[in-house]
Amino acid sequence: MNEPAKYLLCMEGISKAFPGVQALDKVDFEVDEGEVVALVGENGAGKSTLMKILCGAYRKDSGRILIYGKETEIESPHHAQQLKISIIYQEFNLTPNQSAAANVFLSREPRQRGVGRFFNLVDRQRMEQEAQQLLERVGARVPSTALIRDLSVAEQQMVEVAKSLAVDARIIIMDEPTSALGEEEVETLFDIIRTLKVQGIAVIFITHRLDEVFRIADRIVVLRDGQRAGDLPIDEATPEEIIRLMVGRELVTDMFHKEKAEIGEPFFEVRNLTGRGTVRDVSFTLRRGEILGFAGLVGAGRTETARLLFGADRKESGEILVEGKPVRINAPEDAVNAGLSLVPEDRSNQGLVLGLAVQENIVLPTLDNHARAGWVNRPALRRTSQEYVDRLNIRTPSLQQKATYLSGGNQQKVVVAKWLASNPKVLILDEPTRGIDVGAKAEVHALMSQLAQTGIGIIMISSELPEILGMSDRILVMSEGRVAAILDREEATQEVIMTYASGEAENQIVDQTSKGGDA
Amino acid sequence: MSSVSTAKVKGRVRSAALRDIFARQEFGVVMILLVMVVFLSLYTDTFLTSTNIFNILRAFSWIAISAFGQCLVIITTGVDLSVGSVMGLSGLASAMLLVRGVPVPLAVVGGLAAGFVVGMANGLMITKGKLPPFIATLGTLLMARGICNGLTGGWPVRDLPQSFRTLGQHDIPIGNVGVPLPLIFVLILAVITSLFLSRTTWGYRIYAVGGNEEATRLSGISTDKIKIMVYTLCGLLTAVGGVLMTARLGVAAPLAGWGYELDVIAAAVVGGTSFSGGEGTILGVLVGAAIMQVLRTGLVLVGVSAYWLQAVQGFVIVTAIMLDQLRKRRR
Repeated sequence: MNEPAKYLLCMEGISKAFPGVQALDKVDFEVDEGEVVALVGENGAGKSTLMKILCGAYRKDSGRILIYGKETEIESPHHAQQLKISIIYQEFNLTPNQSAAANVFLSREPRQRGVGRFFNLVDRQRMEQEAQQLLERVGARVPSTALIRDLSVAEQQMVEVAKSLAVDARIIIMDEPTSALGEEEVETLFDIIRTLKVQGIAVIFITHRLDEVFRIADRIVVLRDGQRAGDLPIDEATPEEIIRLMVGRELVTDMFHKEKAEIGEPFFEVRNLTGRGTVRDVSFTLRRGEILGFAGLVGAGRTETARLLFGADRKESGEILVEGKPVRINAPEDAVNAGLSLVPEDRSNQGLVLGLAVQENIVLPTLDNHARAGWVNRPALRRTSQEYVDRLNIRTPSLQQKATYLSGGNQQKVVVAKWLASNPKVLILDEPTRGIDVGAKAEVHALMSQLAQTGIGIIMISSELPEILGMSDRILVMSEGRVAAILDREEATQEVIMTYASGEAENQIVDQTSKGGDA
Repeated sequence: MSSVSTAKVKGRVRSAALRDIFARQEFGVVMILLVMVVFLSLYTDTFLTSTNIFNILRAFSWIAISAFGQCLVIITTGVDLSVGSVMGLSGLASAMLLVRGVPVPLAVVGGLAAGFVVGMANGLMITKGKLPPFIATLGTLLMARGICNGLTGGWPVRDLPQSFRTLGQHDIPIGNVGVPLPLIFVLILAVITSLFLSRTTWGYRIYAVGGNEEATRLSGISTDKIKIMVYTLCGLLTAVGGVLMTARLGVAAPLAGWGYELDVIAAAVVGGTSFSGGEGTILGVLVGAAIMQVLRTGLVLVGVSAYWLQAVQGFVIVTAIMLDQLRKRRR
């Protein structure tokens, strides 16, 4: 280890126990000015706990924290802020009905001078101007007067970064900052991080996406089971090595691998699906046993298409045919009756009732099958849930465990389980592996292959191109609410998909025709 | 962290049975009720007499029955402010039918229908009209009360037939004590509502809607239907309370049940029904209603001036909820 005094931040031998679990066991961690450190590890490895200690949300049991060599006890989130440590959580801390400027300066609004100061009046003009400068510094092209709820996820994130800059942070922690971003926006974020680097700010970057680690980080720290499993400069690391350190075992290098499934006849057809502004004229067919990947940038209308199909939002026009017969889907219950199922993007808010037990979540869509004349058959309910807990290898202490206490990967499996219990013909998965750890990811992928083999048609929305390329039989690329292309597995590459997704393909065609016209 | 060793799990299951009793939602309120009853029994001579006990139970019965309905509503993260007015309206409807010579059973059905209609109107306004429950039921609170006043011109409806008053005033001899009929209704309805909530698909869905409405909707469940059902049931149960109240009092005053919504909501909330939704049991509500009534009578018995009553009630409500929050945080 280097001289602690030289480091901006040095955490030494940090330990933290929660009832029944040693979350951190003598972990060392350091970061220097202008350095980007990626903190990786499976869920439950202790990443969040370590960072929560750093930003004052938890108190450590033992160990030392040194800032520029000076031992410091971080007592509260407020204290951390005074120490110029700032964290951007995965779920943003923004107030949706206030302006970007108000959020950037939340609770530290510049006050008016003169009489106004006496009454604590906010100097709105100055606040908006200064916020604008900060937003520009992070490359956000939004007026500081815009309301948060009108901004895209990527723009909201920029506001979060601007907020950190407003408190003059020297250390910015980003918890899974890219999980809600599309490829292009990730690049924008990385540009911001590079700018921060130049300004001497240290960035700690928690992520599950290894490709990003190699694109942005200077150094990688791997945690496993509350201990530091590795600390490597980026040039000495390989993805295989990091995965090995994370899971403590060799993992198949080809993570995204679809097993062969018999692909049957087309049985599900969508014609000219259109919904309020975001989805226009989407048509495609799905065959039995097929995985159809939905690729595209964030905001391209993939999630919206899924929600329209499922009756979660009202469609303006379009036809849906199951086994050749048109079906009317105006609400999710119609979709379920037609054999559709949707594993939504936002597990905890849309997929699960977190306060209910695992078993009740699993049978929620199929309650009527587990009841006679309205009376719930509790043994049958338990049997079904036990069956799926075993089949999907859901790790839970009991069927009565509340869903909220499960890890992300296991929560995701519960959402999948509840739909498998309903015997669906079509399974729509929206970002099925977002935010879950490497091991659970592989399990979800294996499960998808198995399901395809039983003849279920799967629609998989994903923003991770390797996942799309590895798992899909065909790939539907969306761009600005329309189908830009439907590609076969063989003809698809990252480059081809990105060309269609960014609308570039269209431009090229237009270029060619216009050139043709000139000649 | 999710993979707990099997040995640990087994140990946990064994001690869980005991811990479950303590951790159960109702444990705290049952203890509070017991402490109050023991204290009042020792401190006063009158509390433990059967006359006093049954007076307490009679007066608490319509609040309790309405609170069962309120509990369903609050579990779905809603609230029904109209229950006091619905009690008045349903009692009045029955009374007006009775004085016009309608037979008792039909008059009772008429009263229940009034509650059913107001409840369903609440449900429709909240789901199809997209009104917040607070606003919708505030509207029906005023409308139902206004109808009571308008129909009667402010005069109470008197001279209700004895066969109707029996419903509220009759005691059924069990052993050598007379158990008030309204109490029997409370117990029967408590069992029915409790089974409905804990053992039927509708009950499961009510909890699911309260826990996470969007996730429930995306599970293919019509959350609108569940909510309309819940408000309708609340109106119906409240009407049962209103009819019993009128039978007990023997007169239907246009202002009957005024302000009772607060007692009803307090009973539900003291009984552990959570305003953040997804949590609450009928047993808890029953105990909560009992606590509020014992408190009311008890304070009078120990000599607290009736003028101070509300202040103490308010204090008890807030304290009960804070204790409940503490219990939850500890887990």
